[in-house]
Amino acid sequence: MSQLDPGATAPTDPDPAREPLGAGSSAHPGIGGGAGSVAAVSVKGLVKRYGEVEAVRGIDLEVHAGETFGFLGPNGAGKSTTINMLCTLVRPSSGSALVAGHDVVSERDEVRRNIGLVFQDTTLDGYLTAEQNLRLHAELYGVSRDVVRERMRQVMEMVGLWERRSSLVNTFSGGMKRRLEIARGLLHSPRVLFLDEPTVGLDPQTRSSIWSYISELKSDEDITIFMTTHYMDEAEYCDRIAIIDRGKIVALDTPAALKASVGTDRIQIQTGDDDAAIAALRERFEIEAVLAEGAVTFGVPEGERFLPRLFAELGEPIRSVHVSRPSLDDVFMSYTGTTIRDAEASAGNSDMRRNMARMMNR
Amino acid sequence: MATETATVGTEAGVAQGGDGGRRASGPVARVHVPARSLRSELRAIRVVWRRELIRFSRDRLRILTSLVQPFLFLFVLGTGLSSLASAGTHGVNFKTFIYPGVLCMAVMFTAMFSAASIVWDREFGFLREMMVAPVRRSSIVLGKCLGGATVAAFQGLIVIAIAPVVGIHYQLGLMLELFALALLLAFAITAFGVMFAARINQMQSFMALMQMVIMPMFFISGALFSVASLPAWLGVLNRIDPLTYAVDPMRRAIFSHLSINPAARRALDPGVTWWGWHVPTLLEAAVIAVLGLGMLSIAIWEFSRAE
Repeated sequence: MSQLDPGATAPTDPDPAREPLGAGSSAHPGIGGGAGSVAAVSVKGLVKRYGEVEAVRGIDLEVHAGETFGFLGPNGAGKSTTINMLCTLVRPSSGSALVAGHDVVSERDEVRRNIGLVFQDTTLDGYLTAEQNLRLHAELYGVSRDVVRERMRQVMEMVGLWERRSSLVNTFSGGMKRRLEIARGLLHSPRVLFLDEPTVGLDPQTRSSIWSYISELKSDEDITIFMTTHYMDEAEYCDRIAIIDRGKIVALDTPAALKASVGTDRIQIQTGDDDAAIAALRERFEIEAVLAEGAVTFGVPEGERFLPRLFAELGEPIRSVHVSRPSLDDVFMSYTGTTIRDAEASAGNSDMRRNMARMMNR
Repeated sequence: MATETATVGTEAGVAQGGDGGRRASGPVARVHVPARSLRSELRAIRVVWRRELIRFSRDRLRILTSLVQPFLFLFVLGTGLSSLASAGTHGVNFKTFIYPGVLCMAVMFTAMFSAASIVWDREFGFLREMMVAPVRRSSIVLGKCLGGATVAAFQGLIVIAIAPVVGIHYQLGLMLELFALALLLAFAITAFGVMFAARINQMQSFMALMQMVIMPMFFISGALFSVASLPAWLGVLNRIDPLTYAVDPMRRAIFSHLSINPAARRALDPGVTWWGWHVPTLLEAAVIAVLGLGMLSIAIWEFSRAE
């Protein structure tokens, strides 16, 4: 790949219309809301009702410029409805939301100009080539003609599809389509990129490559990423996450802080006599342990400091030991009282609710 | 994990050509989306229009299939009924007589299919891409209608090209007049289809509606018979049918370029009357245009209202 044509990067010149949103704030995502910085997304008391059903029941949050913000929750918890309100696709029943400093109801066009969208379902035209899809997007967003080509090349190279630009989108795999959508969402240099379940239904390799684009984006472009996911392991990559359950935010912090808030590490031991070990734990340490996945499992604060005492005082032979830090699964569990998988299994009806909501939005 | 896996599987490995090459594109080409202006709206209209053309040219099969039914009418029905009809046609070829109706039919089918693609786009999600763009919905709808009109008029051009087969010789004036009327009709029918497509979520429903609307419009319009002495009920329906105002001026244009005796002309090409008053060609064209614009406005209103 040769050097860039120097002329092509000329439009980098400062643009008065773009206030310097969060310059360099990605270095301190947690404290980006400092003096002079405008929040990328600011939500107050957001509610969405569909008839009797309250899909989103009063949400408040603030996303700092340059941050990668994750919206975590089971299907049907109100993630998509919230993101649709922030993207001006759904009108809030009450409350307000500012995206890139503009109101999502009264300044709809301003918001739209400043955001990029990647939805769960593909919104590409399969009968056009990859390049035609992007060109169409550039025209709809009024991207200046002299930079379109260079910018198109840049975003397509980023997702590794430049060589396939002349292929019909219908011939693409699911992962390629999603990558193309991400490229298209970035084409007009949005300040906030909304990703609604960007990795759902993709194979692990594509999933991790999408995450590598996202981290690349954070370093190369001055952009805020707002994403929804119901994969716990992916939420780890976010600077901060909000856990949403049944239309409400139940927790909001950095993944590390959330995990710390659970307070205990998980210890799993294998012993000669599990029942005796459980009894001994109760008697000598006042710890309630359970047998889970073939091991005696319990939680204690500062697990590794507890181990020497455990070996010395348990009085039962220990064959193996496993200490783990709390995962976001544990966090979700401690805030909602259920695992995300169980929440999804019982949320079959809210899935229906969401589909109905989607139909009504058409 | 995210940063370690920079290469992306089979499709991407080639494209990236190693990390070093990719880093060369370090400086970001900043793009800026300008505030809404007439120019940006025109660009939106143009790109939506172009998309229709690209999609139509990709779909060769559709070009053929939408000609099947009109040609069936022209060549099979036209030939089959010609001996039966010969008593009333005063020696004029029956195929020549039904030709304008067949031309309209070809245009209508293509225009409705173009409008149907909105339903398709909605089902496959692409409509969302257009609906969230920072442009007026009216620009999207207008681009769509102009695209459908262009494509349908092109289909009309194919039918116009076979005119000599049914005894109509090429004459520039006539061909231009036919084409202009076909274009006008194409626009009106696309607007009509888009107006319904705004409310219909399923392709099947739209197809059913299309069948329900197109065939009656075609039959009532006088495409296959003379509107001279119809029973009162059919006469009223005929004057209400918008297609009447496309078939009639086309037929008048064709017949005025053929050497036909006045009696035949009177019987086959009596012209449309409103309470005994002959409606002139320009007014007929205006009827189509006004209907088309009216339906376009409704379509724009419907799409602007949708969230």
